Amino acid sequence: MELAIPTTAKGPSQRTLVLRYLRRNKSLVLGLALLAFLLIFSLGGSLVVDTAKLAYPLAAVPLQPPSAEYPLGTDKDGRDLLAVMIRGIQLTGAIGIIAGTLGIVIGIVLGLLSGYFGGVFDSVVRWMTEVLLTIPPLILLIIIAGTIVDKNKVTVLTMALVVSILSWVGPTRVVRAQVLTMKERTFVNVAKLSGMGNIEIIFKELMPNMLPFLVASFVGQVMGAIGASFGLEVLGLGAVREPTIGMTIRWAQFHSAMFNQWWWWILWPVLALIAIFASLSLINVGLDEIANPRVRRTE
Amino acid sequence: MRLGYVLRRFIFLIFVMWTAATVLFTIPRLSRVNPIRERFAALARSTGYAPKDLENIIASYELKFGLDKPLPQQYADYMGSVLRGDLGVSLMSYPKPVAELIGEALPWTIGLLLVTISLTFLIGTAIGALAGWPRSPRWVKGTVTPLMVLAAIPAYTLGLLLVYLLGFRLKLLPMGGAYSPGMVKALTMPFALDVVKHAILPALSLILAYVGFYALGMRGMGVTVQGEDYVNFAEHKGLRQGRIFYWYYVRNAILPQVTSLALALGGIVSAGILVEGLYGFPGIGSTLSAAITANDYFVIYGVGFITIFAVGISMMAVDLLYPLLDPRIRYDRK
Repeated sequence: MELAIPTTAKGPSQRTLVLRYLRRNKSLVLGLALLAFLLIFSLGGSLVVDTAKLAYPLAAVPLQPPSAEYPLGTDKDGRDLLAVMIRGIQLTGAIGIIAGTLGIVIGIVLGLLSGYFGGVFDSVVRWMTEVLLTIPPLILLIIIAGTIVDKNKVTVLTMALVVSILSWVGPTRVVRAQVLTMKERTFVNVAKLSGMGNIEIIFKELMPNMLPFLVASFVGQVMGAIGASFGLEVLGLGAVREPTIGMTIRWAQFHSAMFNQWWWWILWPVLALIAIFASLSLINVGLDEIANPRVRRTE
Repeated sequence: MRLGYVLRRFIFLIFVMWTAATVLFTIPRLSRVNPIRERFAALARSTGYAPKDLENIIASYELKFGLDKPLPQQYADYMGSVLRGDLGVSLMSYPKPVAELIGEALPWTIGLLLVTISLTFLIGTAIGALAGWPRSPRWVKGTVTPLMVLAAIPAYTLGLLLVYLLGFRLKLLPMGGAYSPGMVKALTMPFALDVVKHAILPALSLILAYVGFYALGMRGMGVTVQGEDYVNFAEHKGLRQGRIFYWYYVRNAILPQVTSLALALGGIVSAGILVEGLYGFPGIGSTLSAAITANDYFVIYGVGFITIFAVGISMMAVDLLYPLLDPRIRYDRK
């Protein structure tokens, strides 16, 4: 979208340009490929494997190493780890996407209102984000999750909502800063003089220009939400009945899988988590290159 | 630097701590969970002993903690006790004060995190500076993306891999704890070496997880600085490359790094808390994770409050040091 598409008639087609750009932006391609693999594995896998049964306790012979019957092995409570991974990537991804979406929507609203209109509202929002930026998010979430939620009744949705409590802070700052730098530019003034209303300016002039930042911020929040929920899960504040990736690691640690040589129980969720974070991070590095062309020069 | 700026920065810290304390006051009162009842329920589960006059016991504890007074009074009392450094008593090891429990664990955490954060900052900045420098070899420039990916992976996960490979498989390093059992805790050479050996894996997990953050920031700044007139001028004057690198390029690019040092503190401290739990390192992270398992709410709040305080004060320190490093910055009111 940021490509310099030549206006002369005989330039290369847009498709060639996009492909040429992607060839240079290897991080983006690698990240998207990894994400595609995860999606195919988890969404396609749930068509082949009965995850509703096999990903939960007492579905398989416990503590089987990987074999033909159980390709990734089974855990101590009798979950089939292949089914657990398929379901786990879905659930963990869902936590990230719910929290990321809520965060970006609230962030856009707060950021636009405070950046564009200023005033007392802006001061309040700015102070809130600055205070929350000083407080380590995980600590605040531990306090909230540890107190409000009944530990045995946590669901994936409560997890997502708890993590969302802080996922608007980053997007709000990004949007506010972007609005502040853009609002004084000529194109906004021209739009104002030509009689555009505030709402129209926000949606037609500001939002399209912020898109790369919004996408990057969304990916960042998804990562942050998955990371925060993982932190809570490892500490025992997660959805105890659901086979998310973090809970699987928690149970493996709880039953000292490593000392007992049940390596498969801990290796697969660790690899899944690394794959999730690596793909999102590569996508973010790639997006950063689109949003800040200055970085491109060194590659 | 003006006194006014220091004062404003200090007021901000007080405001942050006030917010944190208010949250800690409010959240338990929003919840239907009664910590004392929970504790007795846990005791009843583990020992099979359920006191008959449980409601009376709970009521007497509530009287003791002042939970029967009106809310504003409770709030005032609570703020007063926080100001005195009184964080309540642990339910897990009653009647030990939470402050004492944290005091025992805190030196370990501070030691581990100070070393880790310094090393991460130095290594990350060095890699970033080299990666952004146009005359560096290609492979140096290519290190940033893998480090960036590493930076996205939670330190806890890296810690699991490290402990499996280096601790469990290769048996190169101890898998947990802060010193070997049976070691006499004293300031002797063997003990110090033992502590260092135990700290390598937790530190390495954190360093690997955060080095990319600083490398990326430094490279970004480095690329910007390269285009500046004073760097061009230095080149045309024929200064030695080494001199340009250190005194024109690094010296200027490093300044925003100091700000990102402050910004990443909260994340590193949170990651450190999880990693401590993983390695059974006896810092406040292990205290916290034990408190969560035992439903010891006052310890959870205490550790939370202390961590927020520590991060807040460190961020303030970095902010106040910044103008000393960069003479161009002056925080005057416009």
